[in-house]
Parts: sequence; C-alpha cells; structure tokens
Amino acid sequence: MVPSDDPRDKALVVEDLVLYFQLTHGIVQAVDHVSFSLDKNRAVVVIGESGCGKTSMGKALTRLLPRNVNRYTGKVFIDGVETMGMDDETYREQVRWVKISQVPQAAMNALNPVLKLKDQVLEPLLLHEKGISMEDAMERVHAVFDFVGVPDGFIERYPFELSGGMRQRVVIAMALITNPAVIVLDEPTSALDVLTQANIYNVLKRIKWEKGTSFVLITHDVATSSELADDVLVMYAGHMMEHSAAEEFFAGPLHPYAKMLMAAVPKLYGEDELQFIPGKPPSLLNPPTGCRFADRCPLAFEKCKLEPPTYRLGNRLVKCWLYEKEADEIVSSPEALAGVSA
Amino acid sequence: MSEQQVQEAAFSPAEAQDQPLLSVRHLKIWYELKRFGFLHAGYVKAVDDVTFDLPRGEAIAVVGESGCGKSSLMKAILGLVHPHDGQILFEGKDIWEGGNAAMREYRMKVGYVQQDPYGALPPFMTIRRILEEPLILAGIKDKEERMERVIRSLEEVKVTPPSDFLNKYPHMLSGGQQQRVVIARALIRNPKMLIADEPVSMLDASVRVEILKLLDEVQQERHLSVIYITHDLSTVRYFSKRIFVMYAGKLIEKASTYEILHNPKHPYSWALLNAISDPLAENATKLRDIPPGEPPSLITPPPGCRFHPRCQKAIQGLCEVEVPPHFSVAPNHDVACWLYREEAEA
Ligand SMILES: Nc1ncnc2c1ncn2[C@@H]1O[C@H](COP(=O)(O)OP(=O)(O)OP(=O)(O)O)[C@@H](O)[C@H]1O
Ligand SMILES: Nc1ncnc2c1ncn2[C@@H]1O[C@H](COP(=O)(O)OP(=O)(O)OP(=O)(O)O)[C@@H](O)[C@H]1O
Ligand code: SF4
Ligand SMILES: [Mg+2]
Ligand SMILES: [Mg+2]
Repeated sequence: MVPSDDPRDKALVVEDLVLYFQLTHGIVQAVDHVSFSLDKNRAVVVIGESGCGKTSMGKALTRLLPRNVNRYTGKVFIDGVETMGMDDETYREQVRWVKISQVPQAAMNALNPVLKLKDQVLEPLLLHEKGISMEDAMERVHAVFDFVGVPDGFIERYPFELSGGMRQRVVIAMALITNPAVIVLDEPTSALDVLTQANIYNVLKRIKWEKGTSFVLITHDVATSSELADDVLVMYAGHMMEHSAAEEFFAGPLHPYAKMLMAAVPKLYGEDELQFIPGKPPSLLNPPTGCRFADRCPLAFEKCKLEPPTYRLGNRLVKCWLYEKEADEIVSSPEALAGVSA
Repeated sequence: MSEQQVQEAAFSPAEAQDQPLLSVRHLKIWYELKRFGFLHAGYVKAVDDVTFDLPRGEAIAVVGESGCGKSSLMKAILGLVHPHDGQILFEGKDIWEGGNAAMREYRMKVGYVQQDPYGALPPFMTIRRILEEPLILAGIKDKEERMERVIRSLEEVKVTPPSDFLNKYPHMLSGGQQQRVVIARALIRNPKMLIADEPVSMLDASVRVEILKLLDEVQQERHLSVIYITHDLSTVRYFSKRIFVMYAGKLIEKASTYEILHNPKHPYSWALLNAISDPLAENATKLRDIPPGEPPSLITPPPGCRFHPRCQKAIQGLCEVEVPPHFSVAPNHDVACWLYREEAEA
C-alpha cells in the first residue's frame, strides 16, 4: 500500500464524494462515491462519454450546484482545507476563486455581453482582495491578459468583438487572476478548432509550469486531454472506473471501457482501425446494479452482475472484476482510495 | 497560364464519363457590407477564387480553421448564396443557368448534413415526419411508397428496427441515433452528391467513430460523391482520399490525403498537422509548435500570401507583395506557396 499522504500536502483530496439530483420521478446518481487525490502542480483529466457525470463532478468540487440537489456529501480538501463542512458564506469568502476557480462548460459564450472585458476580469479580484487599489488591480488585469495571450488593447472591448478562442482566453484569465491553487476546466476547447485548441493548451501548460497551478480538466476529448494530463480519471455512469498516471494510461489503459474509449480516438498515423462503443451509457436515474458498464462490455462475465470493488495494481486503481487475480489488493475505504497517488 | 489552367482548358466535354460531377471555377463568395443599411462599405471575401473538381463516386475533404469560409463554400455549392464571380458546374451545367426550376431540380440531387447536428432535427416532429418531408417536397404522392423509403433509409443508417423509432421524437434518441437520422434525411432522395459540414465535430468520440464509419459505408455502397468539411485533419483519413486545405477564403493546398499527411508542403498545412494530438503522455511535456495569432480579416485580407503574417518561412519582398499561384509539386499535388517556385518550375 502506498502510504496515505497528509491531505494538507495535496492540491486536492476527494473522499467519497456524492452528488445526486432530485427529479419528480427519481434520483439521478450523477457522482457516486468518487475518491481520488491530486498532488500539487499536477493536472488530472476526467474523461468519459457525454452524460457520465463529468460536469457534475466539477460542480461538486466547486460547489456550483443546481437547485434540485438530493444529496451532496463526502469530503473535499482543497489546498489543505476541508471545504464540505463549511457554510456557503465561508466557502464563498475563503474558497471560491481564492483556492479553486472554475471555467464552466461553454463559459466563453456566457460572458456578460454588455460589460467590457476588463470589468469582467476585475470582478473576482475586487471581490476577494478587498482593499486592493484600483491601480494595482488594473496592473494585475494587464498582466494576466498578457499571460494568456490576449492583446492589451482588447481589455476595453466587449465579448462580441472577440473570436471564440480569444473569449476562451479571457475566461481563463478570470479564473487565473486570483492565483488559485486549483483550476477546474470543463470542456475548455471542445467548441474550438484544432489550431485554437492547441494555442489554448499552450497557455494552460505555461500556467502550470510558471505559476504552479493544479488542474482538474474535464473533457470527452481523450486525445487533447493528453496535452495537460499527469493523471487520468475515467468516469462512467457516475463511477470512477480507472485512475492511472497519464504515462501508464496512454501506454495501455486497464478498464475495458477505457480501452474502448482509446480505440475510438482518431489518429493521424498508424494502422489501427477505429472502433466505437455500441450502445450508450445507462440512465443515471435507475443505474444498473452490478458493473455499470456490463451491458456494453465485450468481456463481461457472470460476476459482473455484482458491483466490482476497486482494485489497486501498483499505483493504479481499476474498478473491474477482470483484475481480481492480478491486483495487489482491494481498496475500499475512501481515505485509502484517495491515498493512492497516480 | 498555370499548369492547372492548362489542364482545365484541355478538357473536352466528350469525355462525359471522366467529367467531374462538380466543378468549381474561380468561385468568389463576397458578402457585401453596408453602412447605414445602404452605403457600400466593402466586402467579406469569404471565398476568393476557389477552383476544384469533385470526381464521381469520390469523397473529398475541405479542411481549415474556423471562419476560413468552408460553410460559405458549401452554401454556394448548394445554390443558397449567389457567387460574386466564378462558376459552379454540376454535370457540366452552371447551376445558376436555367432559372428556378433547374435550381430546384439540382437541389433534389444534393444531400446536405448541416453544421451543428444538435439543432438539426426539429424537436416537435416525429422521426417519420422528419424523413417523410423531403419526399413530399420531391412530389412523391404515394403514401405507401414514402413509408417504404422511410423504413429503408432507417435500415440503411442502422436505426433498427425502424418501427421502434418511427413515432419517436428526436430527444428520445441518443446523440449517435440522432445524427444517423440526419444522415438518413440527407440521403432519402437518393442524391448524387452529399455535402457534410462538420458532421461529427460536436459529437462524443465514440459516436464520432460510429458516424464516420457509417458515412464511409454509405459512400462506398452508393458510390456517392461526398464533400466532407472539417477543421480536424485527424478524422479525414478514415473517410476521404483527397484533401483541399483552405485558409482565409482560399484553397492553399490540394493533394491526396496520404500526401497531406506524409508530405505536406504549405506552412499552414504543417500548422494544422502540428496542432493535432495523438493520445500520448509526452504531449504534456512540451509546447506545440504552431503559429501564434488568428486568421486575418476577410474584409481587408493581407496582401500577397494571406498566411504571411503568421508564417515563419515568409520570404521578404515576395510573400507580402504577390499572391502565390498554385505550383504543382507532384502529380495531383498543388500548393499556393512561394517556397515552391523553383521546384515547380524545374
Ligand atoms: N440539475 C440536474 N438535475 C437532474 N439531472 C441532472 C442535472 N444535471 C445533470 N443531470 C444529469 O446527470 C447526468 C450527468 O450529467 P453531466 O452534465 O455531469 O454529464 P457530463 O459527463 O458532463 O456530460 P457532457 O459530456 O454531455 O457534458 C446526466 O444524465 C444529466 O442529464
Ligand atoms: N451572411 C454573411 N454576411 C456576412 N459575412 C458572413 C456571412 N456568412 C459568413 N460570413 C463571414 O464569412 C466568413 C467565413 O464564414 P464561414 O461560415 O464560411 O466559415 P467556416 O469556415 O464555415 O467557419 P466555422 O468553422 O466556424 O464553421 C466569416 O468571417 C463569417 O463571419
Ligand atoms: S507563400 Fe510565403 S508566407 Fe505564404 S506560406 Fe508560403 S512561405 Fe509562408
Ligand atoms: Mg459536461
Ligand atoms: Mg462552418
């Protein structure tokens, strides 16, 4: 067993995180007992198909919740501080933007259309560094625009005057300006073309290398996720199916679902035939018992009717019966799961 | 005359079998800008002097960045916007000659999968009505015949059994099934040509593969001519044999898919290839070598080569002055870049 590090030394420790939504006809189990941790100055990418609970996980980490929450439990240590026990006001004052900020899915289209860009980027700063002089604040705005590659003259402009790529940089600047320990990015480039995508990833890499920021990157785009990934967390139907270091993951994923996801990635060169995963992810309203991937899994066998435990193989975690023999051990407590650093 | 123009001139209409299904000649799609609603204030030159052929039964791809004019080119081919200049020849005939009736007849022969699949299917119509409508518009009065074709088309795109889906609404289908219906609708009138504008870019990886494979199958089985539009080169090789790279309203490189992937010539094509990640852990350890900046304004595009402000190879005194012509660097491989002026002349 890899010794469980002190949560205070990690960028993020998530233990037994649950987020369910209430609908009139049932409960949506969007994030279902997820545990993992992230070392400082690293990036974990959360991948999985549409509807697997990726965005919900981001919302659970940053406490940007819809109104119909049914259950929201577990522990989340951000930069050493447990935040789930905090009331909303304390969270707003001490955690949001200060320790963790988020670039929500499609944020670049959600900028306020009638506010100049500088005013939008200033907002989190003025909110959280009370007493900062306007002069200092503006200096920070200029610096952060420069860092993310938005030309200085653009700060006086309105969102509609910018291309999608530029707007996405502005949204990243907003998340960055308060220097949080962790930034959660939800599909930051999915609506952009490949060149703009690559430019944005260059910006994110420089933020990571030069500012020491940690990232949770949520995306369905497995290939581009490799641009930032140190760790890979595969989500399926609200469950964490695999957690591996990027090097090991991209060299060979463990979980059958992860293998099939990889086989669906178009590659520029090579002979591999593209494959898709027949069927679709299950509804999270009444998810199947047993392994949630079983009905699409070509390797499913009798045991898969029961929910598999999470096995540890070296520093990797995988929730699949196929690893019963090979595994080093079963890891079941949330603390132990979060203690396994990819 | 460039070599290509010579080839075009040598073409004789007697060779009808070799005649391309579609020929685009020096096409210009310019949108007029108006000040105060009536004063001419310039043009958005979304497509500027584009020439290419679509052979019968072949799939080609048009690849380029957002805003480079891909959708404008397709709208022009569909006859939805009037060219500022140039011609679009379908089976040898200019689509704008012959008036409304001819245009309608032409459009019946073209299937179209539009950009943004999620908005593509009307939410309040059943799958059956969605597929029936193009047949009604084509004047097929026999209800039974229409039903039969609806069912056959659902079978072709493997939304089966059709009876399970006929009375469903789009939101009841998965993303992949919805996109299959979009394709079924585009094919239901048995078009000779299919235009697919970013048919997979908004889809999940797995669904994307599902749809690419379907398009490939349909293309081969029907011997269909297809124009596939995308910004993502990585999906192209699974589908089309030829690529036209577009930048700021112009085609800047035309070659086989193999040549573009293994022997790209234009600095912009290099950039497009460099921007793509294959899923490898080492990607996270280095910055991608791609040109900074954004594509230029199409109202006042840069003089000379439109890529020169972002090009690391630009030749001073030439690239920012003269528009590069298409140089032929190999059989069926043209590039509009001054770097090849000697190679091509030799
Ligand atoms: N407020 C809500 N109430 C009820 N169900 C919800 C709510 N928000 C999300 N869901 C459901 O929870 C599941 C997970 O959604 P989520 O947005 O987290 O998925 P995702 O992995 O981010 O998908 P995508 O790739 O499409 O963004 C989906 O089935 C979704 O419909
Ligand atoms: N009706 C119009 N009037 C004026 N300008 C237009 C019109 N339609 C498109 N444009 C402009 O023409 C240029 C090319 O647009 P087009 O939609 O053809 O690009 P695209 O390559 O399809 O981009 P994307 O990848 O974003 O779909 C853009 O600058 C666009 O703003
Ligand atoms: S013509 Fe000149 S500026 Fe244009 S791509 Fe070639 S080298 Fe670069
Ligand atoms: Mg999401
Ligand atoms: Mg377009």
